[in-house]
Amino acid sequence: MGETQLIAEPGIPQVVMIREFDAPPELLFRAYTEPELLKQWLGPRRLAMEVETLDARHGGAWRFAHRDDDGEYWFRGVYHGTPSVEDGITQTWEYEGAPGHVHLEVASFERTDSGTRLVLNAVYPTVETRDAEFAAGMESGARESLERLDELVGTLQPA
Amino acid sequence: MADKQLDAVFGALADPTRRAILARLTDGDASVSELAAPFAMSQPAVSRHLKVLEQAGLISRSRQATIRLSHLEADPLRDATRWLADYREYWTESFERLDELLASLQDNPRGAHHGRDATDR
Repeated sequence: MGETQLIAEPGIPQVVMIREFDAPPELLFRAYTEPELLKQWLGPRRLAMEVETLDARHGGAWRFAHRDDDGEYWFRGVYHGTPSVEDGITQTWEYEGAPGHVHLEVASFERTDSGTRLVLNAVYPTVETRDAEFAAGMESGARESLERLDELVGTLQPA
Repeated sequence: MADKQLDAVFGALADPTRRAILARLTDGDASVSELAAPFAMSQPAVSRHLKVLEQAGLISRSRQATIRLSHLEADPLRDATRWLADYREYWTESFERLDELLASLQDNPRGAHHGRDATDR
């Protein structure tokens, strides 16, 4: 349990997240690969989730949607290599609203004294695609611009 | 929001110069020369960026005497930032929920703390 460590270096098209959990790697793996479990944790609580497909084997596809009152948002990808507790999960990610903007994510489940250290390594084709998806700017030079854009969209009334 | 427009918005936002132009426009409408000033870039080059932003619906343009002003349009941006803004929040909240799920799985290894039971494996 604890803080999510998030590393996103300016100029490098990668995001690494590290998080400790008080549960063994086997359980995290189940939470990742069983649709009934995945939909209980992935995404913000305010969004309903539907897992349409989750075929956790080499070449298998996944597709899920987040829904709110304004609409639904589909994501899809493919598993590369056989997902396992030992080797982790290697998969592609694509938001269907931005087709072709794909990133690669490797999830590793490292056993620790207290449970598991989850390491998510997301690699993007370019820094720009990373920053577009990873609001980025948080840790990069675009930070101030995006904060101002956030403020702007938060305060302006619909035209 | 139509997929095609969202594509255009994401495409427009993928460029750092265009993001900087949008950030400048949060301070108010601006002419091409005002927008070009912070960049080592010709006015025609900035105009090309403005055209991309206009086609994505992120800005509108008007004329005041001989000056062409750009104006920020917030609506498409609001739709796009739904996904741009909150990567960290998305994962932080997901991991908190995962903590809860893992705790309930350790109490009851067969399945879920709500919804249907997990299927047999």
